[in-house]
Amino acid sequence: MHHTIVIGLETHVQLLTKSKLFCGCVNRFNPENPNTQTCPVCLGLPGSLPVMNREAFLLSVKTGLALNCDISQFTKWDRKQYYYPDLPKAYQISQYDLPFSHDGFLEAEVEGQGVKRVGIIRAHLEEDAGKNMHDETGGGRDSHVDLNRCGTPLLEIVTEPDLRSAAEAKAYLDELKLLLNYLGVSDCNMQEGSLRCDANINLHIHGDDGSKIATPIVEVKNLNSFRGVEQAIDYEANRQLEIYEETGRKLGDPGVHKETRGWDANRSVTFGQRSKEEASDYRYLPDPDLVPITLTADEIDEIRQALCEFPADRRRRFSEAFELSAYDVSVIVNQGAEFANYFETVAAECGDGKQAANWCTQDVQRELNERSVAIGEFPIGAVALGTLLAKVVANEITTKSAREVFAELLESEAIEPTAALAQIDQIIEERGLAIVSDTGELEGVVETVLAGNQKIADDFRSGKQGAIGPLIGQVMREVKGADAKVVRQMLIEKIGK
Amino acid sequence: MDRQQVEKTALLARLKLSESEVVKFTDQLTGLLDYVAILNEIDTDDVEPMAHAVEVSNVLRDDEPVASLARDDALSNAPKTDGVYFLVPPILTEG
Ligand SMILES: [Zn+2]
Repeated sequence: MHHTIVIGLETHVQLLTKSKLFCGCVNRFNPENPNTQTCPVCLGLPGSLPVMNREAFLLSVKTGLALNCDISQFTKWDRKQYYYPDLPKAYQISQYDLPFSHDGFLEAEVEGQGVKRVGIIRAHLEEDAGKNMHDETGGGRDSHVDLNRCGTPLLEIVTEPDLRSAAEAKAYLDELKLLLNYLGVSDCNMQEGSLRCDANINLHIHGDDGSKIATPIVEVKNLNSFRGVEQAIDYEANRQLEIYEETGRKLGDPGVHKETRGWDANRSVTFGQRSKEEASDYRYLPDPDLVPITLTADEIDEIRQALCEFPADRRRRFSEAFELSAYDVSVIVNQGAEFANYFETVAAECGDGKQAANWCTQDVQRELNERSVAIGEFPIGAVALGTLLAKVVANEITTKSAREVFAELLESEAIEPTAALAQIDQIIEERGLAIVSDTGELEGVVETVLAGNQKIADDFRSGKQGAIGPLIGQVMREVKGADAKVVRQMLIEKIGK
Repeated sequence: MDRQQVEKTALLARLKLSESEVVKFTDQLTGLLDYVAILNEIDTDDVEPMAHAVEVSNVLRDDEPVASLARDDALSNAPKTDGVYFLVPPILTEG
């Protein structure tokens, strides 16, 4: 007997719009100022009317297209009815039978396993609820409700039960998050709840006689970190196997329903929750306050044409254009669109992809980590770094000198681009870092040094290779920008004469 | 419409019905549904379900934030607040 874990994910993504989905309240994470971003519409006051945010719908369609979904030419809005204090209207505006997109897929690279294609059942647009805060002390005090988030746009992306392990789920989520970053659809900040996940998990148990049994499906909610998703999947797989071995209960048995469990991140366990009302009890009905949206095939095509380059395409293009390893390309592309753009500019400016990749993934990345900032806040612009590296590529300065300039630029903090270029030249000038290509000057110094060190020259002639080191050092001290290789070559030639 | 259906509907709507109301509404709702059932006589096999009563689509607004209500105003209709949050009877956290 062996078993397979079967996982489907429902991911909720907050859209990066300026205003809420159906009203003009600002769409901003602002827990420090509760209940300051509300109006009659999002408070559900009688007589108020929702109006759809064009940008929210456009971002949704872009995401649907990027997930290879069919985009519906006719889509409408439905009321999902339930009572909870964070939902003052007592219904959530969502999409039920006619979501704006359906039947797509996303491909993700799973470590040590290759590319996994994950089917997308549907993506639909809905409004978020507010936030309840409970009395954690057990003192039974009132719960607090903040409605700042109520009515903000939320995209729900539902996969087929195609995932077979925690690693596959993680790979899917990583790629989804990256795609949304490239599309500019969401910042996917999990601390701020911009990306939340529910996982449907069960096991297929394969008997030695070829039989297959499915365990009851469990939906784990409250997964607000990718780590949590992975842990919850592994925990559930073990728990369900134990229960199956104990009770033999399986999907389809009388009285077996889908179970909803919560995730306790502190104890790393799932726990039973009161089962929610059955789907039919949400009493979905078309929202009479909102009219449908229609799109022509041409309009959908127009949005498709305007889409940005996706991470997968960018990986492919980078590895071809800059002759980089798959590993280097992934490191760069997976940092997000801004970082990849930065790299691309550096590479274009210096004309050497490998050089640009090394600097971006090492020197730049190290600084970003130390400062805990994103590339957008990095003091050295892409053009400046590219220009600096171009000098290394053209053999005008050494890599070591470039590091010196880089360090000084870092200390001078944010500089505007043209000033940065002038500053690079100035540092090179002041420190005498320019490789002296004027062989006349270099030759003079080499001859002077040799003349003062006849004994060392003799030692070298008699076969002591190491003797030349101090001579190179002396020349380099005299001519700072000299290339050690050139100096060495010149010394050997002159000693040989 | 039977008694259980009325009780479930009342529960979903968070309505507390007295015994006599359950009896009365079971009767009234049954009458209503029977009346509306006349519509079942119409052949709708080739008719698309209607999504909206008005033949209008694509009513959208630009993504421009406008001023929200002041917090005091937002809270002013609530039965209970602490001046910052809406307060509601404790919600049980399961676990
Ligand atoms: Zn509002």
